[in-house]
Amino acid sequence: MTLDAPGFADPVMEAQSCFRAVLDAMAHPGSLPVIACVLAAPPLDQATAAVLLTLADAATPVWLAGETASAWDWLAFHSGAPRAASIGGAGFICATEMPNLDLLEAGSDAAPETAATLILQVPALEGGPPLILYGPGLEAPTRFAPQGLPEDFVKQWSANHRLFPRGIDLILCCGEQLCGLPRSLRIGAA
Amino acid sequence: MAYVAVKGGERAIDAAHDWLARARRGDRSLPEIGTAQIASQLGRAVDRVMAEGSCYDPDLAALAIKQAQGDLIEAAFLLRAYRTTLPRFAHSEPVETDAMLLRRRISAIYKDLPGGQVLGPTYDYTHRLLDFALAAESLEVTPLPLAAASSEDTPRVTALLDQEGLIEPSGVSTEAEPGDLTRDALAFPAERDVRLQSLARGDEGFLLALGYSTQRGYGNNHPFVGEIRVGEVAVELVPPELGFPITIGTITLTECEMVNQFSGSKTEPPQFTRGYGLCFGHSERRAMGMALVDRAMRAEELGENATAPAQDIEFVLSHCDNIEATGFVEHLKLPHYVDFQSELETIRRMRATATAATAATVATETEA
Amino acid sequence: MSGYNFAYLDEQTKRMIRRAILKAVAIPGHQVPFGGREMPLPYGWGTGGIQVTAAILGPSDVLKVIDQGADDTTNAVSIRRFFARTAGIETTTHTADASVIQTRHRIPETPLRADQIIVYQVPLPEPLAKLEQSRAETRQMHALAEYGLMHVKLYEDIARYGHISISYDYPVMVNGRYLMSPSPIPAFDTPKMHRMAALQLFGAGREKRIYAIPPHTDVKPLDFDDHPFRLTRAPQACGLCGARDSYLDEVVMDDRGGRLFVCSDTDYCAGRQSMRQDEDAAA
Repeated sequence: MTLDAPGFADPVMEAQSCFRAVLDAMAHPGSLPVIACVLAAPPLDQATAAVLLTLADAATPVWLAGETASAWDWLAFHSGAPRAASIGGAGFICATEMPNLDLLEAGSDAAPETAATLILQVPALEGGPPLILYGPGLEAPTRFAPQGLPEDFVKQWSANHRLFPRGIDLILCCGEQLCGLPRSLRIGAA
Repeated sequence: MAYVAVKGGERAIDAAHDWLARARRGDRSLPEIGTAQIASQLGRAVDRVMAEGSCYDPDLAALAIKQAQGDLIEAAFLLRAYRTTLPRFAHSEPVETDAMLLRRRISAIYKDLPGGQVLGPTYDYTHRLLDFALAAESLEVTPLPLAAASSEDTPRVTALLDQEGLIEPSGVSTEAEPGDLTRDALAFPAERDVRLQSLARGDEGFLLALGYSTQRGYGNNHPFVGEIRVGEVAVELVPPELGFPITIGTITLTECEMVNQFSGSKTEPPQFTRGYGLCFGHSERRAMGMALVDRAMRAEELGENATAPAQDIEFVLSHCDNIEATGFVEHLKLPHYVDFQSELETIRRMRATATAATAATVATETEA
Repeated sequence: MSGYNFAYLDEQTKRMIRRAILKAVAIPGHQVPFGGREMPLPYGWGTGGIQVTAAILGPSDVLKVIDQGADDTTNAVSIRRFFARTAGIETTTHTADASVIQTRHRIPETPLRADQIIVYQVPLPEPLAKLEQSRAETRQMHALAEYGLMHVKLYEDIARYGHISISYDYPVMVNGRYLMSPSPIPAFDTPKMHRMAALQLFGAGREKRIYAIPPHTDVKPLDFDDHPFRLTRAPQACGLCGARDSYLDEVVMDDRGGRLFVCSDTDYCAGRQSMRQDEDAAA
């Protein structure tokens, strides 16, 4: 990992198009919008790197968990985002293995918007154990089968959803695609 | 009149702007006013626009005043909208008003004191008689030879009180970054740093009126002007590559320290309390209003009953910004006919219901 | 426009607003505070909507701006020009052709699609503001979902007038959790919010709040079983296109009580008028 790894080639337009992909993903859970820009920040996938550059800056402490920590120099150089003191103090957490959701900042009832967003890079957004998504953004319950989620994901998510309006928002990334799972969703095993 | 769908909004706007430009220029047989003249001869207006526009730049403030035909709130708005697009390169060090190059310094609580009473350029003792000589053009004012800036030590009046322990310590200095309501939404309860920031750019008339209300008993402070200072201070910043402060310029500030009614308890001996005002440029009215309202908003902190408008932090901060206030008051000029139409339908229906009910009652009474 | 960034706002401000929008989408109906900036248009004239639009807008977007349902009202013209000037994007008056619609006081009559976003300009985002002035207090009420005050107000209305007297900005419950101001749209438009296919974003510039309703989300006007929500509309048909299903403006024709009722949604009305002309031509 060196600082030669580029950020957005066109910071204004690429940040805008990536943001619209993230907004699409959060507004239409289960849809899998594609990131249109080219970033090289291994071990981060295109989508993971793009979400970080789109949303993180000097105002948002970030936590890079596990192997993603090797992208620190790249992220700090291109975004100016500070390192969070702990995983619980981060606005954005990036990981390839899902940390226990109850370790993350879930906000308060009066200010639930202060909760963390978890950017989780997974091996695939299909072919995994099937889940059913219910809730805002969905016209009808929708099937979704990502790989790489922990075995107790449905249980952890139910606990997260019960906190509503507090709770963690999740963005799954794989390759150039992403999927938004806002805290307002109920998720069951299919 | 036949109904014509309101087309041509674009043409109307262009025509309005054209008319406005002509009105701004005024009588073309007279010379156009220059921004340098405004900056140099309408200094108090420039100061107010810099304070409420939250941007210290006399030339831009003068331009805004010219562009706004002297409407100072409109000018402050122009300056604010420009300010918000500027990148932030660095933060300055806190300015040292102790080291102010004084133009004016007065205290109302001691007859004389180290550093003395310096009247400076004040309207205070002018007789408010229109000076018709000023109406004559090219009136030359003979410049007075300027006295050398006083090198005499001018301690703060509050420091003199503090030596005896008669006044509460000034605000606690912390390492924490001060809040900034130009970056973050105002949240309540608001701390004193954000309150002072809000007042420093608040509407002068609003600060004046609220300060006045405290004097008339709506949250009495028992204020004394401990000290007012007007003058120049250096603005310093520490470039990371140097690691020590360098001066990047000087700005004119007005500072007011009010000495207010004392508080105390069984364990704490009584002490005077403080109200603080600081603003861009020369505006004692603004600094004093600010100091009165600052002290009033400390009511709860000092264990007083907060009952008056000036003591209600949320009320004061939510309404002191004249850019917000003028926008929202004036937005009533925008079309509201969709809402008004739904009110029309509702009131017609309610009147019909009421009329029917009355008729029914009359009918019943007639039968009986 | 030289000297300013694409869509006026600097990138740091856009990121801050974008983060607020994403949280707003994740918590439907919750007012997210944001560091609203001074805009070159006055507060109360759409600065919140403009900031939201500026943060989402890209070069491939097609923007429609309406005020009171019309594309040609002066403030709609002014805001549309602002974006044409600062972002160089394409604008339209056709609801169906727009990818982003910024609106004040109306929802278009033409149903919106999943690939569209509607941005509302909001003057007073706090639905409880008229009942409780302190935002510190109302924030707690939202935290606890304690909305008894609003029910009492509606009940008092019924006791006094026989029915609920609110005719616009009718308070709604979003996703069964948050009481929300739909902005001052007429009650006629409120049902269009329920399970709308498009994403709905709300921006309040002066009050520095952003909130959202994701697509297909439940939006229920607050009411009572025996006094259900009623929408108001002038009973006439549009004098220009004959529509009986659209919201109408009342135009004063003379000082003897003459009135003309016409669609407030000028695009909808123009579309119906040209369809009629086509039919007449075909016949």
